[in-house]
Amino acid sequence: MLLNQTLKSNASRSSLAGAGKPLMAALMLFGASVLANPVMAVTAEERGLEISVEAKNRDLGWGDMSAQMEMILRNKEGQMSHRQIRLKSLEQDNDGDKSLTIFDQPLDVKGTAFLSFSHINKADDQWLYLPALKRVKRISSRNKSGPFMGSEFAFEDLTSFEVEKYSYKYLRDEPFDGQDSFVVEQYPTDKYSGYTRRVVWLDKEHYRVLKVDFYDRKDSLLKTLEFKEYKQYLDQYWRADRSLMTNHQTGKSTELVYSDYQFQVGLKKSDFNKNSLKRAR
Amino acid sequence: MPSLKSIGWSLGLLLGGLAPLGQQAQAVEPQISGKVGYELRWFTDDPLYTDQSGRTSQSLMFEPEIYWQWNNGDDSLVFKPFIRADQHDSERSHADIRELLWTHVADDYELRVGVGKVFWGVTEFQHLVDVVNQTDGVEDVDGEDKLGQTMVALSLVRDWGVLDLMLLPGFRERSFAGVDGRLRGPLVVDTDKARYESGAENRHIDAVIRWSHTLGDYDVGVYLFKGTNRDPLLIQQGSVLVPFYEQMTQTGVDLQATLGDWLWKFEGIYRDSNSDHFGAVQAGFEYTYIGILDSAADLGLLMEYGWDSRGTDSAATAPDDLFLGSRLTLNDAQSTELLAGIGQSLDGRGHSLLLEASRRLGNAWKLSIDGRVFSSSEPSAPLYALRSDDMVQITLERYF
Repeated sequence: MLLNQTLKSNASRSSLAGAGKPLMAALMLFGASVLANPVMAVTAEERGLEISVEAKNRDLGWGDMSAQMEMILRNKEGQMSHRQIRLKSLEQDNDGDKSLTIFDQPLDVKGTAFLSFSHINKADDQWLYLPALKRVKRISSRNKSGPFMGSEFAFEDLTSFEVEKYSYKYLRDEPFDGQDSFVVEQYPTDKYSGYTRRVVWLDKEHYRVLKVDFYDRKDSLLKTLEFKEYKQYLDQYWRADRSLMTNHQTGKSTELVYSDYQFQVGLKKSDFNKNSLKRAR
Repeated sequence: MPSLKSIGWSLGLLLGGLAPLGQQAQAVEPQISGKVGYELRWFTDDPLYTDQSGRTSQSLMFEPEIYWQWNNGDDSLVFKPFIRADQHDSERSHADIRELLWTHVADDYELRVGVGKVFWGVTEFQHLVDVVNQTDGVEDVDGEDKLGQTMVALSLVRDWGVLDLMLLPGFRERSFAGVDGRLRGPLVVDTDKARYESGAENRHIDAVIRWSHTLGDYDVGVYLFKGTNRDPLLIQQGSVLVPFYEQMTQTGVDLQATLGDWLWKFEGIYRDSNSDHFGAVQAGFEYTYIGILDSAADLGLLMEYGWDSRGTDSAATAPDDLFLGSRLTLNDAQSTELLAGIGQSLDGRGHSLLLEASRRLGNAWKLSIDGRVFSSSEPSAPLYALRSDDMVQITLERYF
């Protein structure tokens, strides 16, 4: 569920352009391309997978984390509404993450909490806690394409990134926002996804996701997501402080502002079950 | 508010045990939240029974919540009082302690002491297995509002599931509409005359043990309850009804299979008391169409069937009843929702309709509009008493 986790991206920013030495850059580029295209040609599919695996690998081992998230919804007229959400997450070996999402605002849903066990090769397990009734409700995780809390983020945009959830195709290299980037196309393997494909820009240095274009089931450009203000935690893991999702078809947008990122705070498996869901607040 | 007396008695007992906590509890800033609400009820018909109030009724409610936590969140205390002031019905004007609960959390167990609320079950139209808390019958006719229950509850969280062990001292009597209130039968329930089978009366200590677990796509719960029956027998005494609370042993099972877009639900109970022993089942499904008509809205379809071995000539609320419902969720920024449902007696004893719509206004207000229709021409059916109480209810709540 945690957006960021999901889109654990990575990639680098400075790279050659930052070196400011065109000749060197040219030489290095040349060298790189020679190395990348040796005797055995790598297909665009293999290259796309390779980049995605590297992105995932660079973000392994963070253990557990918590963060606060403010969600700012804007409609076409610019009217805003706000959500305050807290996120907790636990990395699992050989499986998707366990995560807990707790709503603080709007006030009428304060105390509502969402527990998700994401899985790599089967449907996720999800429970919702409704504080007014004290009721824990197992919900269908098939609703991937639906909006999260009325925002422009779908549930599937907020779940943890797993390599197996997509097939890939490397498209090209391209600078984005001053950073040399890979552009990789991702095709969801889940037939219930709301997208035919996502086009992802990852910076070459750190493999961080900088931008994602989402194409709907009719293959029209639906949304664009941009990540801003990356910070590094535990000398390894990059997380963006801000991200902005723009819906090109409706003119609405949703901004996420993260704060208070904490890693390895000692969260355990026992913090992610139906009992802990009831007292998450 | 006679029922609050039993809370006082058992709280004294329970909070005595809390005293040592104060030593390690450094003062922590309390978090205050809650809601205040205005409600307008409009009945489409004049009342059937003498003394009942007219077609409209207004009321105000206030439910703050104060929460403290310490020991890095491993200990917490929540206090949630509730008060409603009703224009006409003095029984509906009532106060309650919904929660006053200390919770201690460890790795593999959780202890809760005080007044709390527990919900068990999976179905939507009837809550058969939900046995711990007494129904606050004056709040609404759907039985979803509950009175606080004093408890000592231990949850053991293990690989093989969760085992809940609960002792429930201090029984809560059900609340019923008073002389002036609508949504009642021809005879008023006189709660001051409540009687008990047990000599301990409302101080009988009830006990319940429940195991629950998630096995892949299946969530299951099984319990055994021994103690005071939350559903009283209503015995006519002169011109009033007197509640009589028996002792009972009840076994309950709830099961949900979450298979793709389908939620399959089952609740079953078997209840044994002096006056009766019976089984009852509520089962059905919920199916959700995601993104109807290429929009962001979801449409859920619900169908449930209720059965009770006591049959139709009994106090059973759903002896042979079919429930159909539809839930429209717009998934917009204001969380607009619409729920429509019908409960139909398959024995031709009547039907009821419900409509619930709600929408957030701004960031802190919520507007709800509820409609209910009760229809029956069979005098022995429970619905018959409510046949003139069709109503529309408008609720405006401000959260803080």
